[in-house]
Amino acid sequence: MRHLIEPFDFTVAEIDKILDLADEIVKDKEKYQEACKHKTLATLFFEPSTRTRLSFEAAMLELGGNVLGFSSAQSSSAAKGESVADTIRTVCCYADIIAMRHPKEGSALVAKNYATVPIINAGDGGHNHPTQTLTDLLTIRREKGRLNNLTVGFCGDLKFGRTVHSLIKALSRYENIDFVMISPEELQLPGYIREDFFKKNNITFRQYERMEDVIGELDIIYMTRVQRERFFNEADYIRLKDSYILNAEKLKMAKPDLSILHPLPRVNEISTDVDSDPRACYFRQALNGKHVRMALIMTLLGINI
Amino acid sequence: MNIDSIKNGIVLDHIKAGMGMKVYKDLGLETLECSVAIIQNATSGKIGKKDIIKISDDFHVNLDVLGYIDPDITVNIIKEGKIVKKMTLSLPEKIVNIEKCHNPRCITSVEQELDQIFYLSDREKKVYRCIYCESKIKEKG
Repeated sequence: MRHLIEPFDFTVAEIDKILDLADEIVKDKEKYQEACKHKTLATLFFEPSTRTRLSFEAAMLELGGNVLGFSSAQSSSAAKGESVADTIRTVCCYADIIAMRHPKEGSALVAKNYATVPIINAGDGGHNHPTQTLTDLLTIRREKGRLNNLTVGFCGDLKFGRTVHSLIKALSRYENIDFVMISPEELQLPGYIREDFFKKNNITFRQYERMEDVIGELDIIYMTRVQRERFFNEADYIRLKDSYILNAEKLKMAKPDLSILHPLPRVNEISTDVDSDPRACYFRQALNGKHVRMALIMTLLGINI
Repeated sequence: MNIDSIKNGIVLDHIKAGMGMKVYKDLGLETLECSVAIIQNATSGKIGKKDIIKISDDFHVNLDVLGYIDPDITVNIIKEGKIVKKMTLSLPEKIVNIEKCHNPRCITSVEQELDQIFYLSDREKKVYRCIYCESKIKEKG
């Protein structure tokens, strides 16, 4: 039995297969509308989420399956002090597959250790969020037609952004990726990514402080939000804050085929005047999230059509 | 100073000087009923000063604990006054319930019945990470 707990649980070939299936589903929705008939997905969300939970539920419903679950710890037995292990053992009696989000890091691994049905990690604290990574990979492949030979910029809060860390790791398995990091000094990649990951795997990256200095070179820009409270001093915040906001003006410097990605929710890091630009992919990205989760559910349930 | 040789039992040799008591505690030797001798600051041709522990009974030594504390310790099994087996150690790939994860965001911080498991992520630098949250074991001062 397979689970998806962290991005490296699947090989590159397996990921490619899931992305292929997602493309197939888009092409022929009717073919898959009963793929998961009589199957039940449990969505166990111990903390709130809009996109992830709804996209999982929409994915299962579009495959003809059923959905049950809860959307906050307060409405589950966790409020009474039940352990993850016991919750999982119970839910395995009622569902064929489980998507779980939990605020504590490593909770998905605990769930996997006690599960008798496939577990999908829908986010375990700030640790892993592998279905977002699959969504990002599918989006890049759909927009660019490839996952290699790309100059990829990551902009904003690179220190605490788990989606950034996962996507960097996932992309590093493809050839000839030029990694460009755009962030203030305080929010650069954490040491374990720079030391343990980049150095160990002999991967180089470029670091910039201002988006304007490098946006013209990028094929992809992956935006994240920079929060004021992350800065050590107000002067730096004021000096740099606008540099991490993408607007129509800055887009003039970018390539005509740049793809703008954002895991959402967006606050003000992408101006609304960018939304109508064909290079803005973030709402298509949200749609891709549903398709890739459909492919993932089918794959983990071993359903072939 | 002489400590009598043991007839049957185990000798833990080449313990770094000053680490004898830690090994004694971490292996739970205080719970044994047989006699246990800790020799501190013995002269060693190999490492200058060393600690030695002699246990005068058969005892299942947790080699993972020992290898984690110090992979240079040697374990000698004594039968009828002679060394019948000499074991060298290495850093274990995994340690269970020896250290505790101090990351407050880790699942082990709220579910305390879970085993505390760490894996060896960098042998050269002796870095262990929590299998749940991947935090490093905090260096003790």
